[in-house]
Amino acid sequence: MMLSPDLPGASSGVALSIENLHKSFGTEPVLKGLDLAVGRSEMVFVLGPSGSGKSTMLRCCNRLEEPDSGEIFIEGDRLTGPGVDLNKIRQRIGMVFQSFNLYPHLNALGNVTLALRQVQKMPRAQAEAAGLDALDRVGLSARARHYPAQLSGGQQQRVAIARALALKPSVMLFDEPTSALDPELVGDVLDVMRDMKAQGMTMLVVSHEMKFARDAADRVIFMDHGRIVETGPPEQIFGNPQEDRTRAFLSRFHG
Amino acid sequence: MDALVEQFFNLEIMAKALPLVLKGLGITLLICAVVIPLGLAGGLLAALGSVSRNRALRWISIGFVDVFRALPPLVLLIFIYAGLPFAGLSLSPFVAVIIGFFLNNSAYFAEILRAGLLSVPKGQIEAARSTGLGRAQTLIWVTLPQAVRNVLPDLLSNVVEVVKLTSLASVVSLGEMLHAAGLVRSITYNASPLVLAAGLYLVLLWPLIRVIGRFERRITH
Ligand SMILES: Nc1ncnc2c1ncn2[C@@H]1O[C@H](COP(=O)(O)OP(=O)(O)OP(=O)(O)O)[C@@H](O)[C@H]1O
Ligand SMILES: [Mg+2]
Repeated sequence: MMLSPDLPGASSGVALSIENLHKSFGTEPVLKGLDLAVGRSEMVFVLGPSGSGKSTMLRCCNRLEEPDSGEIFIEGDRLTGPGVDLNKIRQRIGMVFQSFNLYPHLNALGNVTLALRQVQKMPRAQAEAAGLDALDRVGLSARARHYPAQLSGGQQQRVAIARALALKPSVMLFDEPTSALDPELVGDVLDVMRDMKAQGMTMLVVSHEMKFARDAADRVIFMDHGRIVETGPPEQIFGNPQEDRTRAFLSRFHG
Repeated sequence: MDALVEQFFNLEIMAKALPLVLKGLGITLLICAVVIPLGLAGGLLAALGSVSRNRALRWISIGFVDVFRALPPLVLLIFIYAGLPFAGLSLSPFVAVIIGFFLNNSAYFAEILRAGLLSVPKGQIEAARSTGLGRAQTLIWVTLPQAVRNVLPDLLSNVVEVVKLTSLASVVSLGEMLHAAGLVRSITYNASPLVLAAGLYLVLLWPLIRVIGRFERRITH
């Protein structure tokens, strides 16, 4: 087990570790040697301008995007390279998408239980109990039989979170989970994320919710052009950024 | 006027023709019962091939679909039944019909299912894969149900076309409904058996066409 004492949360180990990650699309390098370790129960926020590679980094973490080189470990188990049972290891990494991506032909419970039933081969009753439990964690057990089209955007995103949570992942990845939501629905999703953090979930979050980052994040990373430019506690990044590019980026948000 | 009724709506002749025409209807339904599932299966394979990442598979599938959509089914059927014997392959009318219609239908079903598969957003597949579903599981539980739902009216329309297509089997003397009716017509010199057969086609297909109409309205509204 790798332990790096200078990391927040390192006392309980590293949950997700990215080492020298490279990724290009065609001839365009998008990730240029990224290193990042996320400690257990740590919430790391990723900021950066559009096109800086934030989504690509997240998508490499469960190999929806195939890295060109570099290594990724989940709780010490290698995820990159040949011979990895991807379908197995992906269950340890929950992913939440900007556009929810709920299955429209299944109701909320069906969305949450599909992988439990088909991948983990749980019997129906057990899967439904686990599914309802996950829906309960996002405050939606009363909507279990609703179809995505019958739910608000915020509710859909919470079902999507429950779908990932039901697999009991070690790490959750969020790619702009509130960007597609009406402003009045953002709070519910952020509250769910806050609860998850309180319960010790490890989270890597790409988001522009600066206020939430300031309150809830353990660490904030600023990315630009496929590299991590600056990393530090939220007080430092928002209060006293060391790098010019971080400062320039943030000034656009402070107005 | 009487002559018209006598020639087209002669109930006596229709009654006499009925057993044979109903037997023909049985054969029509049998052809459908074989060709529709086979065509759906072949069409699904060709559709999957045509959206595959494997270039060779893609070209073979697209080639198959193009060729059998372009070939008139009557030409195909006559070639299989009357042309292949020159190559030493003699097939019974039933087998010739099944093979010909299977090829024709697979191509049409493939084109419809391909459109259905392409209509499912990529994010659906990514969500499924991110929860550990494999390729085949994602297809079965996520992509295919949505694909089929999105093109259901087209699939049903094609089923209607298959039922109509079966009448072509009469040219190879397979005793399906049109052939049976034509036989009685040629014996009685009266068109009423044909009207009877047409009526039965209508009874068979009209409910299906209603259902399709309902679907299409629901989609446009
Ligand atoms: N599948 C792809 N094919 C080709 N280029 C891609 C692909 N995905 C991303 N890119 C490119 O890679 C770069 C980084 O994209 P990425 O989506 O990771 O950025 P991002 O930081 O998430 O941006 P945003 O804030 O707009 O979501 C962009 O220039 C983008 O155009
Ligand atoms: Mg992005």
